[in-house]
Amino acid sequence: MEALLSSAIGILTACGVFLILRARTFSLVLGLTLLSYAVNLFLFASGRLQMGVPPLIRNGAAYTDPLPQALVLTAIVIGFGMTAYLVMLALRALAESGNDHVDVKEKL
Amino acid sequence: MEPVHLLIAIIIVAFAASPLPLLLQRCGRGYAALAAALVMAACLTVLAPLVAPVMGGTTLLASFAWLPDWGLALSFRLDGLSLMFSLLILGIGLLVTLYAYYYLPKHDTLGRFYTLLLLFMAAMLGVVLSENLLLLVVFWEITSLSSFLLISYKRESHESRLAARIAFAVTGGGGLALFAGVLLLGHIAGSFELTQVLAAGEHIRNHDLYAPMLILVLLGAFTKSAQFPFHFWLPQAMAAPTPVSAYLHSATMVKAGVFLLARLHPALAGSELWFWVVSGTGAITLVYAAYIAFYRYDFKGLLAYSTISHLGLITLLFGLDTRLSAVAGVFHIINHAIFKASLFMAAGIVDHECGTRDMRRVNGLFKFMPVTATLAIVAAGSMAGVPLLNGFLSKEMFFAETVGHPVFDEMRWLLPAFATLAGILAVGYSARFIHDVFFNGEPIDLPRQPHEPPRWMRAPVEVLVVLCLLVGIFPQWSIAPILHVAASAVLQQELPAFHLAVWHGFNAPFLMSLVALGGGITLYALRHPLYAFYERLPSVHASIVFERFHNGLAGFSAALVNRLDNASLQRYLALFFTFVLALGGWAWFSAPASPLPVVTQPADAASIVALLMLALAAAGVVVLHRQRLAAIVFASVIGLIVALTFVRFSAPDLALTQLAVEVVSIVLLLLALHYLPPASPAEDSMQRIMRDAALASAAGVGLGAAAYAMLTSPFETISNFYLAQSVPGGGGSNAVNVILVDFRGFDTLGEITVLAMVGLAAHALLDKLILQAPTHDADGRLWARERHPLFLQMLMRPLLPLALMVSVFIFLRGHNLPGGGFVAGLVTGVALILQYLASGIGFAAARLPQRLPLFLAAGLAAAAGIGALSWLFGFPFLTTAHGHITLPLIGEIELASALVFDLGVYLVVVSVVLMVLAELGKLSLYHEEKT
Repeated sequence: MEALLSSAIGILTACGVFLILRARTFSLVLGLTLLSYAVNLFLFASGRLQMGVPPLIRNGAAYTDPLPQALVLTAIVIGFGMTAYLVMLALRALAESGNDHVDVKEKL
Repeated sequence: MEPVHLLIAIIIVAFAASPLPLLLQRCGRGYAALAAALVMAACLTVLAPLVAPVMGGTTLLASFAWLPDWGLALSFRLDGLSLMFSLLILGIGLLVTLYAYYYLPKHDTLGRFYTLLLLFMAAMLGVVLSENLLLLVVFWEITSLSSFLLISYKRESHESRLAARIAFAVTGGGGLALFAGVLLLGHIAGSFELTQVLAAGEHIRNHDLYAPMLILVLLGAFTKSAQFPFHFWLPQAMAAPTPVSAYLHSATMVKAGVFLLARLHPALAGSELWFWVVSGTGAITLVYAAYIAFYRYDFKGLLAYSTISHLGLITLLFGLDTRLSAVAGVFHIINHAIFKASLFMAAGIVDHECGTRDMRRVNGLFKFMPVTATLAIVAAGSMAGVPLLNGFLSKEMFFAETVGHPVFDEMRWLLPAFATLAGILAVGYSARFIHDVFFNGEPIDLPRQPHEPPRWMRAPVEVLVVLCLLVGIFPQWSIAPILHVAASAVLQQELPAFHLAVWHGFNAPFLMSLVALGGGITLYALRHPLYAFYERLPSVHASIVFERFHNGLAGFSAALVNRLDNASLQRYLALFFTFVLALGGWAWFSAPASPLPVVTQPADAASIVALLMLALAAAGVVVLHRQRLAAIVFASVIGLIVALTFVRFSAPDLALTQLAVEVVSIVLLLLALHYLPPASPAEDSMQRIMRDAALASAAGVGLGAAAYAMLTSPFETISNFYLAQSVPGGGGSNAVNVILVDFRGFDTLGEITVLAMVGLAAHALLDKLILQAPTHDADGRLWARERHPLFLQMLMRPLLPLALMVSVFIFLRGHNLPGGGFVAGLVTGVALILQYLASGIGFAAARLPQRLPLFLAAGLAAAAGIGALSWLFGFPFLTTAHGHITLPLIGEIELASALVFDLGVYLVVVSVVLMVLAELGKLSLYHEEKT
């Protein structure tokens, strides 16, 4: 199971980095989204993989680690905020320059 | 008041009162001048009660801890040397204040001038009164800074700005060297307090770091006191208004360097290195600058070089390193300050009245301004070392010290000959100043008709010239007491016997003086062939060299930046990832072998399928990333699988949040895609793609390996506190939510603040933005005419209250079960956005609150306010309280003050989602109106 999750993290990272290195804002946003997935999963995994033990306090049961979950929850929301900001920036750049290249000005 | 408090009060008064002229200038330029004079007088008044004890030989110390760990203390010291300097700074400061009032043009309101002058004066007092060496460096830098501002006082003049830059580069750079030297000195001596440092001279001189430390300290002193080869900034600095030259560049600031030599004399002097470096530098400066001074036809430039030469003389005296030479050095500091300040002021009067400083045109002024001329002639006589004037006495002491100096045993004639040569040159340039300006025929083509200056403009010169005479004729009565305590403070031991008198009998020094006088006058008589010879020499202008150097340096860095920074984000990111990989790889391979891996859990079929789907979807995004719509669909598949992963591994809160964020993000991306080009061009070269693929694979392998290593290493949670305290301390059984709103509520507050900024950015970035929306899709089909299908409208409207109820439910239960403000906010946001999508922005905007930023603010205020409320009860920020209430139908709920916090989170999230999406939506509204 651990190997599966690690592979997932690896695949998402690789795809995310590749897209981040592309020249168009939209690809950049997609790449950043994928990289966020990978990083969130990584953070989450630092609490280890435990099944059926959510951190909801009941009598005497075992619980998984709640701290990485709290961190990842904020990370997901902040990730959304960043995606939104980037998208707006991309639109603004498009309006100002007429193209969606990440360097704003079209390369010749 | 205690004397030590008075000592601190001087510095505080000086600094605190320095803005006064700036504040008072609106009342008139006279008030600005008066304020400056009163501040200086106040400092003198505070100093007055301290004079008697210091003249009695006491050293006053006052110390307050500042940064004790770093050895920095606000400690001050008043002994003979600092008293003498303080009197010079304040006394000449007062005279310059009066003089500047007349010198500067009438339309100048003077506020800026006097404030800068006071700031400089305060810093200079700080330098001479510091007991702590680090503190001294701080003040030293302030003198460089304020001097920069004073030299560039005529801001509109290029020459002034350039001169200020040169001066700052040289003295500021020297200041840095001094700082390094002082750090070393403190390290060697074990303390930055002067008392300890001065007592540790023996230890310091024998230390291994003595040589580098000495060189660094001397660099500071030599740059400040314009010693060769750092002298060139001083003649440039003559671009400053003449009062500034009189104050900074003759009496005070340039003396800071020689002050440092005197101050640190017991700690640093007494070695061969000191002798050769200090006396060598001083000697070269003395003769070289005197030689140049003789050829200057700008009389202010002549005075500037003469200042350099005299500073060289003082440096040489400290370098000769006999006890009597140090006394002579201190004496010459006083004398030079007096006669040179008066000369600068007199030169300023001539310049002011004639409109030029060129001695080839300014001639024969004696008959136009006889009083000023007489004053200037007396002061210049002192500069030349004419008997009965103060300059003669210290020069005589200098000559006496050169005769029979112990080091030059076999070449005992060398030093006196050198000194006499300097004396001849000094007489030569003094003669030139006197004869060219005041005699030598008629003035040639002057811009103005010269006449005597206003009565009070001349007064400071008169005061100083009277001092020249007093000291020169009655030295024992006038100057001996202060010289005695000052020199004792320099040497930190018994003074050698010396007697100040005009007539010491017909001895070697007197003979040297006679030779200098005769030689100097002969030299001046032979001036015409000498000038002709000098004119033929190639001329080097320091300012041009500096400017060239400066431009070269700036050009070099600009070229370097251009090479490294081609404004390509792709390149930066590639470099960034490469660097991260290198760093990560280095950490990975240099880490010690990990302990035995823990037993892993077996994979099941569902997980394998999920991974395969994820891999497929990720590959789909990459392969199809240029077909943007398809890429979004694949990306959403990944989001769903990630949410399922959270469900599987006991994180229901995360799964809920991920799902809700996924929906909002997809809507966002689709909206954006409406304006962005539907496809990316295929523009990457194969080479580029291979490079990026390699980088990406390496990053993927790296993070995957790191994740695997982490997952298979032994685990110890740090969260037991949270789990144990969730119910009793936080009043909720959902530990994740309790952490968010209670234990780590401060983080969450920061986070929603960031979100709120995104909401505001939406407004800032997108408001009134005009974007051309395409009329056709990627395949050339028209966009649907019916923008808001009836079916969708009918479905969505009844869904809204249901969705809102769900979000209230999720919100309320969040403290105990999966849910909470974040998820509820996202659900509400999605529900409202769906109304926009289904019925159009016009429909939704009419029914939704318009002032979303208000809700945003309310949310932040609720979260921060409930946190601040706990202060009222004496608890730290964000402490929570809780209790239970039972609601009909819903049952018992935990009512914690954290609920209000969570409400704040909810409001912020809803507002941000709506603001971002509504701003994007408004773009399409604009489009609708247009079509």
